[in-house]
Amino acid sequence: MTVTAKSKITDIQELNTIAKNVRLTILHMLNQAGSGHTGGSLSAVDVAVAIYFSKMQYNPKDPLWKDRDRFILSKGHAAPLLYSIMAEAGYFPKEEVASLRTIESPFQGHPCCKRLPGIEVSTGSLGQGLSVANGIALGLRLDNNPARVYCIMGDGEIQEGQVWEAAMTAAHYKIDNLCAVVDNNGLQIDGPVETVMGIAPIHDKWAAFGWHVIDVDGHDMEQIVNALNEADTIKGKPTILIANTTKGKGVSFFEGKVEYHGVAPSDDEYERALKEINNG
Amino acid sequence: MGERQSAEHRAENTGQKTQGAEKKPKATRDAYGDTLLELGRKRPEIVALDADLSGSTKTSKFAKEFPDRFFNMGIAEQDMVGTAAGLALAGKIPFASTFAVFETGRAWDQIRLTVCYSNTNVKLVATHGGITVGEDGASHQALEDVALMRALPNMTVIVPADATETTAVIKAVADFKGPVYVRLGRAKVPYIMPDDYSFTPGKAYIFSIGKDVNIIANGIMVGIARDAAAALAHDGIDAGVINMATVKPLDEEALFAAAKGSGLIVTAEEHSVIGGLGSAVTEYLSENCPVTIKRIGINDSFGCSGNAGELMKFHGLTADDIVSLVKKSLKK
Repeated sequence: MTVTAKSKITDIQELNTIAKNVRLTILHMLNQAGSGHTGGSLSAVDVAVAIYFSKMQYNPKDPLWKDRDRFILSKGHAAPLLYSIMAEAGYFPKEEVASLRTIESPFQGHPCCKRLPGIEVSTGSLGQGLSVANGIALGLRLDNNPARVYCIMGDGEIQEGQVWEAAMTAAHYKIDNLCAVVDNNGLQIDGPVETVMGIAPIHDKWAAFGWHVIDVDGHDMEQIVNALNEADTIKGKPTILIANTTKGKGVSFFEGKVEYHGVAPSDDEYERALKEINNG
Repeated sequence: MGERQSAEHRAENTGQKTQGAEKKPKATRDAYGDTLLELGRKRPEIVALDADLSGSTKTSKFAKEFPDRFFNMGIAEQDMVGTAAGLALAGKIPFASTFAVFETGRAWDQIRLTVCYSNTNVKLVATHGGITVGEDGASHQALEDVALMRALPNMTVIVPADATETTAVIKAVADFKGPVYVRLGRAKVPYIMPDDYSFTPGKAYIFSIGKDVNIIANGIMVGIARDAAAALAHDGIDAGVINMATVKPLDEEALFAAAKGSGLIVTAEEHSVIGGLGSAVTEYLSENCPVTIKRIGINDSFGCSGNAGELMKFHGLTADDIVSLVKKSLKK
């Protein structure tokens, strides 16, 4: 069985260091591209790092290894996060991500599975990832394959009706080899989620749909890792983490700013952001 | 009743050897249910999904024998398509079925992103295409589904003519790698294709090439086109018939042969004339071998409730309609 050397890291400090590197790469590629989604990429970094580096098994040299754990970024606009993590995991050299959002680049504006092996499914049109995650999980179960499936959604994204269709499916079919995450950063393009189209109470909604729900501080690595470990033990129902996060996390002047949902850092902002993260 | 009369009419009047004409008409959806079950017995990787219409789409036969490999998704077509994509990504061959109007309309963006753009090995087999849905009326009659599916890159679109062809198509698409849309019907249709028929995606079946007109049809219209050709022969008009079951990719060679054979092409489909077979044929021939083309189909309208046979008359989809269009076009 081939497993990446970087998988299954349990040291919280080490995971935090990876998260810091991932944030730096995200800012770098967004600055190079001149466009892209800064806020929602940064908010989900810690959860995604915990999933990829403390839980998942995969082989960057064999991205379609049949026993790999699967990760689906349903909030596809956070593509820079996925690319940074995959670079960190060794799928490709970090320098390559500078081609983000250019013609023929494997690093499309939103994830494209046909251009970049290691991406399970193309995303970008919101609300679809959980259905696909369910399907993969059901397929793995039919084969008695113990691999697990992870899926990160945005909080605005769960306004999509399909999410709740998939929520019913996961509970109905008792899909317990699946762990979903809501990146609950509280903001969407047009403003605060609760102003645009309220989704509260998130915890109660998922619980009512038959899920095991765990609330975590989405920037506390230890809490996240513990929650992911707990998810492994839940049988007979799917688990979801409500990760309470800050949009733009890690760069003070991006944090909590709806304006940075879909805006890349300028050269000046990039320099200042680097300093903050390196000193932080 | 309309279908049976049509079959008898054909048996009496075509003068062609319509193989198996003595066999009772059978709905393409019934052939699908039987074939899916047969394939399921041989191939454990085949799974099926439905959106609360398994009794109508006939996936219920598979569901009964393979409950662990059947997923009823409830009335949730978008989730069904996404889940099917996931199952395909896990190495399964999912057949996802519901009525054509819901499969292609309700879940179009899901088909676009997770099936076509992601190029997953999903087989979308929809039933209740066209107006022969009958009494349920316009909300349930898919007249735009082929157009919706044809516009998507990576998608193969197939409209079988009868039960024989449906069986061959379902077997072929199980082996075919990539997204496929198969459009089936509710109504019983007579057997048209030869018993030993085998299907290759993208390959048309040429009954004959006519010197005066060639009728390019698919689905239920293939048999009707053959009736029309037989009636035209009585009047000394040499009409060929091509079964263009695969609307995408088109069999360009067959189209070229038809256009070289006669200066008039008539397309016939149980679908809107916008975006379906008629459009596809017109697009290809106008660019590559311009000839006069006339389209038979639903003329940019919704259907309505009624008996299937009556609706075919109401919308101008009978052999008589084809005959008069051909005669009118040849006069000019």
